[in-house]
Amino acid sequence: MTIQHPMEDLIRMDRIPHIWCSGCGTGSVFMACLTAIKESGIPYDEFAMVSGIGCSGRGAGYINIDSFHTTHGRAIPFATGIKMAKPDMNVIVFSGDGDLFAIGGNHFIHAARRNMDITVICVNNLIYGMTGGQMAATTPHGAKSSTSAAGNPETPFNLPLLAYAAGASFVARWTMLHSRDVADAIQLALNNRGFSFIEVLSPCPINYGRRNKEKALATLKNYHDNTIIKNNADLFELDIDFKRGVVLGNFINKERPCHDEQYGKIYHAEAG
Amino acid sequence: MAMAFWREPLDSDGVHVTRGVVHIIEERCKGCGYCIAYCPRKVLEQSKSFNKNGYHPPAVKTDECLNCCYCQLLCPEFAIFSVEAK
Amino acid sequence: MKPAVLTGKHFINGDVACAEGAIAAGCKFFGGYPITPATEVAEHISERLPDVGGTFIQMEDEIAAMTSILGAAWTGVKTMTSTSGPGFSLMMETIGLAVVTETPCVVVNVQRAGPSTGLPTQGAQGDMMQVKWGSHGDYEIIALAPCSPQEMFDLTITAFNLSERYRTPVFIMSDEIVGHMSEKVVIPKADQIKTISRKKPKGPKHKFKLYQPGPDGVAPMPAIGDGYKVHVTGLTHDEKGYPVMSVETQKEMMDRILGKIRNNLDDIIMTEQYQMADADVVIVSYGISSRTSYTAVDMARELGFKVGLLRLITVWPFPDDLIRDLAKRVRGFITVEINLGQICREVARCAGNLPTFLAGHAGGAIVPPEDVLAILKEKFAS
Repeated sequence: MTIQHPMEDLIRMDRIPHIWCSGCGTGSVFMACLTAIKESGIPYDEFAMVSGIGCSGRGAGYINIDSFHTTHGRAIPFATGIKMAKPDMNVIVFSGDGDLFAIGGNHFIHAARRNMDITVICVNNLIYGMTGGQMAATTPHGAKSSTSAAGNPETPFNLPLLAYAAGASFVARWTMLHSRDVADAIQLALNNRGFSFIEVLSPCPINYGRRNKEKALATLKNYHDNTIIKNNADLFELDIDFKRGVVLGNFINKERPCHDEQYGKIYHAEAG
Repeated sequence: MAMAFWREPLDSDGVHVTRGVVHIIEERCKGCGYCIAYCPRKVLEQSKSFNKNGYHPPAVKTDECLNCCYCQLLCPEFAIFSVEAK
Repeated sequence: MKPAVLTGKHFINGDVACAEGAIAAGCKFFGGYPITPATEVAEHISERLPDVGGTFIQMEDEIAAMTSILGAAWTGVKTMTSTSGPGFSLMMETIGLAVVTETPCVVVNVQRAGPSTGLPTQGAQGDMMQVKWGSHGDYEIIALAPCSPQEMFDLTITAFNLSERYRTPVFIMSDEIVGHMSEKVVIPKADQIKTISRKKPKGPKHKFKLYQPGPDGVAPMPAIGDGYKVHVTGLTHDEKGYPVMSVETQKEMMDRILGKIRNNLDDIIMTEQYQMADADVVIVSYGISSRTSYTAVDMARELGFKVGLLRLITVWPFPDDLIRDLAKRVRGFITVEINLGQICREVARCAGNLPTFLAGHAGGAIVPPEDVLAILKEKFAS
């Protein structure tokens, strides 16, 4: 008798195998997310997952809960609509760095500013993976990509700082190698009433790794050897620099009233 | 094999160490090697056989699995998990 | 706290009447963004939604506004947004998402002269082709054109009913003149207002297929959290809702989405006729231009022209068959619209060899009845 993988009740098994490449970290982040959902004890029907376009965006297609695969960059406003129309839902946005911070950048900062009670998980592979490896807002300076063959002239975002500056009430960064920490951070985020942001560094062995001469296991070695866990780090030192050491941790966890509370207090108070 | 102690603790007979049984869903494996490289007890090795996609799935090489479930969390293909040994 | 239906006589402008119509129809969520001349819809509805336990949110841009109403619609509520030309252009990609995911919602476009920033405070009807073709790919939508604040109230309710019945975005193509004109609006008693809500699925949840059509061609729509574990995607999908990247699935999906509308034209197409019984020249018009066209008909009749007005209440789907039938017995058509020729192309397409003319201009004011008379005198003098 074959025993089932314990997470199969949360996976749309009729769509497996998934489309992620060998060594792609998205599957690991996805598994950490499923683990957090299962361990939270919250009924599955109280969750909704919204994703955008990209490799990480395919995550919504594999999770066995109400899930929405929306347009590029627009997962967060879609999630906002769900949350504001049905505030008791736990809404998770599962998307990538290109989707959330380039085309979706404006929506990210406003949802953070409003402290919209959603959990945003950003699978950060430093590149636009699905379309073939173009540079992203998170690509390191000098890195090769298909639109910066001689090296990226731009400098990337410091995502935790951006999220905090915009108003996020929970900010964390881990790598997919630190899967237990990712799952724990997602649990904390689900319990946090407010905008929760978790950046998870993840390898893209094909479209980032090949061009930058970095095999998947080498990326994981980087995550293992050249990262420092510092939960109360100064957000200003969170630039991603593997030579200096990338800082990981749960940086901010400070509740403040979230948008549906604020709206309810002012506009639904009469109804009681 | 137990840990190497300088001196045997007086209650070491009564201490129960969790053991795990690793289950590998070989057809799902895409041969990334993450579980093999990062199992804390080095329980896994690459198998000589390969699955129908041509990848070498992991194989259990020792009985030292402690059921930490790290492989289960880390595997991007949902191809490996452990359960507590009875 | 005011009730949803403010029964009685009001003197309000078109935008406010539209917001009242939405509330009366049961709208519970509005995601908006300010833009002249549609802002008053958002302002008024932001005050009224709390009365009915609804939620208003001003999003950061029109793309976010349109996207937020889709998310809210999937929680089971009736949703709406309002905008004008520049915002409408921004919403186009998301409108495609609404069509292909079969998400009911109402989008109000209070048109102003374009292109680009144009004349923000002056009306036009220049987005009529855009509402049908603005997003990429083939699709059908329903677009209604109110000609008065009363119709802004009534047709907004109709729009919600159509969107719920056909699981499709429905557009109120208004314009700045109707939007900002204040007139008497009579709001009936609540029990005299007919509202329709989307069909909910029955039967075992694990067997449910998200896009399997019912006998009327429309699939019942579950809400998030009801236990149906829906997967909704903008990718081409099968009846389960799962992405399938094949030519066959694309055809099946498009047949289903287009068929919903194309097989129900009798229910969707609404027109009104004035002095058409013996007309041998037909004025085709909609929205504010149909108001001025009533005057044009009266003035023309005084001069001896046998003119009638066909007012399109539903502009899309376009009433092909009606125009073709009329073409068999009239001498020609004049389309009156505040643009450089958009719906007149549809009229010409269906009119065969009959002469069709445009009384219109680039925008910013009404088309005066005299422009219609000029065409009659020049082209249709007996």
